Amino acid sequence: MKIFQTRRGALRLTAAALAISLGATGAMAQTKGGTLNTIVQPEPPLLVLGLNQQSPTQYVASKIYEGLLTYDPDLAPQPGLAKSWETSEDGLTYTFTLQDGVTWHDGEKFSSADVVFSVDKYLRQVHPRVRPILNTYLESVTAPDDQTVVFKLKSPFAPFIQLFGTDNMTIVPAHIYEGTEFATNPQNQHPIGTGPFMFESWERGSAITLVKNPNYWKDGLPYLDKIVFSIIPDSASRAVAFEQGQIDVLRGTDVDPVDVSRLENLDGVEETTKGTEMYSTITSMIMNERELPFSNKQVRQAISYALDRDFMVQTIFFGIGKPATGPISSTLPFYDGDVPKYDYDLDKARELIKESGVDLSAHPVKILDYPYGSTWARLAEYVSQQLKQIGFTVDIEATDAGGWAQRVGNFDFDTTFHFSDQFGDPAIGVSRLFVTSNIVKGSPFANNAGYSNPEVDEIFAKAASSTSREDRQELYTEAQKILVDDAANIYLFENQNVTLYKDSVHNLITSGVGTNSNFETVYIDDAK
Amino acid sequence: MTFLRHAVLRLIKALTVILSVVIANFFLIRLAPGDPAAIMAGEAGASDPEYVDRLREQFGLNEPLLTQLWLYLKGVVQFDWGYSYRMQVDVLHLIAERIPATLLLMGAAFIFSILLGILFGVLAASARHRPGRGWLDSVIVGISLLLYATPLFWLSLLAILLFSVQLGWLPAYGMETPGTDYAGLERAKDIALHLVLPTISLGSFYMAMYVRLARASVLEVIGMDYIKTARAKGVPWARVLRRHVLRNAMLPVITFSGIQLGQMAGGAVLTETVFGWPGIGRLMFDALLQRDYMLLLGVFLVTSTMVVVFNILTDIIYSFVDPRIGAGGQK
Repeated sequence: MKIFQTRRGALRLTAAALAISLGATGAMAQTKGGTLNTIVQPEPPLLVLGLNQQSPTQYVASKIYEGLLTYDPDLAPQPGLAKSWETSEDGLTYTFTLQDGVTWHDGEKFSSADVVFSVDKYLRQVHPRVRPILNTYLESVTAPDDQTVVFKLKSPFAPFIQLFGTDNMTIVPAHIYEGTEFATNPQNQHPIGTGPFMFESWERGSAITLVKNPNYWKDGLPYLDKIVFSIIPDSASRAVAFEQGQIDVLRGTDVDPVDVSRLENLDGVEETTKGTEMYSTITSMIMNERELPFSNKQVRQAISYALDRDFMVQTIFFGIGKPATGPISSTLPFYDGDVPKYDYDLDKARELIKESGVDLSAHPVKILDYPYGSTWARLAEYVSQQLKQIGFTVDIEATDAGGWAQRVGNFDFDTTFHFSDQFGDPAIGVSRLFVTSNIVKGSPFANNAGYSNPEVDEIFAKAASSTSREDRQELYTEAQKILVDDAANIYLFENQNVTLYKDSVHNLITSGVGTNSNFETVYIDDAK
Repeated sequence: MTFLRHAVLRLIKALTVILSVVIANFFLIRLAPGDPAAIMAGEAGASDPEYVDRLREQFGLNEPLLTQLWLYLKGVVQFDWGYSYRMQVDVLHLIAERIPATLLLMGAAFIFSILLGILFGVLAASARHRPGRGWLDSVIVGISLLLYATPLFWLSLLAILLFSVQLGWLPAYGMETPGTDYAGLERAKDIALHLVLPTISLGSFYMAMYVRLARASVLEVIGMDYIKTARAKGVPWARVLRRHVLRNAMLPVITFSGIQLGQMAGGAVLTETVFGWPGIGRLMFDALLQRDYMLLLGVFLVTSTMVVVFNILTDIIYSFVDPRIGAGGQK
């Protein structure tokens, strides 16, 4: 099997070539220059990907660093620092050919040695999500010459090709990090990448400024001169800043849902929900299934019937979101909506509780509040109210982010909510919440519910190592049916992240990672 | 000699207070559930306990608590206040970055509140004292009561709505316009414009306090016999106020100004949050939520030192304003 380009990718390249040749005659198309004003919220602790993977870090650092590949909205791989790649028949060897003439922001030459160092030394050690995958599957990564990198796997891992984006396999400069303590390297305060924008300044508490990389390896790009990420800690003030026009781009998570619907109706404001395909975040209610009442399948099913997902999305989240049908988001590959349905039905829920024989009054439960703002508190209140209607005794416990992580990580909870990113493939972002081997203490995004089903374990293991797309689809369809029927978690809704921007801003969302792409083709009309 | 002895004693007392604050905080923040490693792993969506252990080891959280405390105290004396776990930046550096913004806002709000507070307080008291001007007293007392009772964040948001959104006169957030390269006077003007709303929002509450304090103590002093004597001598009212009333009425105001400075040194979290002001309050608040122990301790150390220093300053000022209060505390 040889993949040089997917067909869509080839088409895209042709389109790009056309655009470039047209651009030569009609320079109207893109305005060069200008400053894009946006908000990073909350302030990131650090801008070095790998060492920190939080969403604000990704937003800023994705303009500075690059990976070997990028992904289109259908999550098909596109060239990044690698211009072409091929996978061996057995799915064990991946060979990448790198772009020519790439330099780091400090002027050093980029080469295959940087890639080998980044993957083998740096990411294997520091990356919170990728390191376990690399340590499990990666046999070796080598550089036969300056332009070529070869990855050899111990056993096939189908979604491996999804892992080469900037956020997962960030390529960092070997000449800066080799032989140092990565976490305390002083250069962390002045990140050096290969991307279209270079770090200029960070006034803590105020703003982060990036400037155009004049030596970027794609000729003529980027269009913008500068990107300023303002740090505005109050949600209402962020909404005002956008309303006043001081901010060009507002990410949906920057303001309360109630403000989104108001701001998107302003004149000259565009909105999109695209660009979250790679994350395909799902909000679930997770229950501690080690003991009653949640160890009982019928009780869990009853809860699923007792919650009106449309109400949640429409009333609590102001229409931002989409009811979920199962553990895999509808924007992720291998999604299958043909699963058991839980249409809102309180009578059915009560009946199931009766059938289960569990005496709910003997098992009062506490909902641990998900500490990410008042909207989530409303969700907890709604769920509490619904559970009471089918016979539960419910209390809500408040906590903060630290307390939440500690309690959930140590299985010290009855039930709570979380939203969890799925990272382009069920083997990366979904199975971790359900397989028995991931019932481990210490991390809040493992299988904290304690759900254990040997059949599911086997299906997920098979699907991860299979190289046939059809086989994988069959396996994941089966897994979705079981996980929905078992109500392993209560899948509530797919989070939609709205991006709001002024209509003078173009090409903002072009890939499956949305605003976490590198903004190389973003331009502003009438830029000064 | 007694002065020197007093000064030394005072210093020892101050250092003891600061040390106790640090030690108490050291244990208090560890009572909060969750440690920085767990939080960082949680935020990264990591499902790998080995990773959390690595972080703990890197932060030195595996050591016994007392060893950690000892290492920290040793470092503090040597001006090595440790690293912020999350930002991987020296704590002293992070705090030093925020101090100017904090002091600027604090200073502006302090001057704003104390000057206007005394002015309106005296105005109200003296209006009450003079026939036909009673309405002015009622107006000032009414407004100050309103300011005193209004929540700060609400006032701030309304100020933003009026002055930034509706009128467009003043910037809504930040300390400087981002993305500009102002220097010198232009920069000072930019910062001054950004300073107006936070100053008013933060200072209004304290101003209302000063109005009430100044008014009450001026009214009290005005009733004294020596004022009557001065009036009887034919001294003009303005001069009586300035020379005889004000100086004697200022003690409660000074006491409260010491308290105000101490409170503001702890960071004006609300004002800083609403206006995006890069002060120390937000640094502390974020550090608390992230259980960034070292940074949090560093902020506590700085703010408690500031409170102690302001208290000493207040005492010194007392003795200047009212020579009856000696430096030795003898009355």
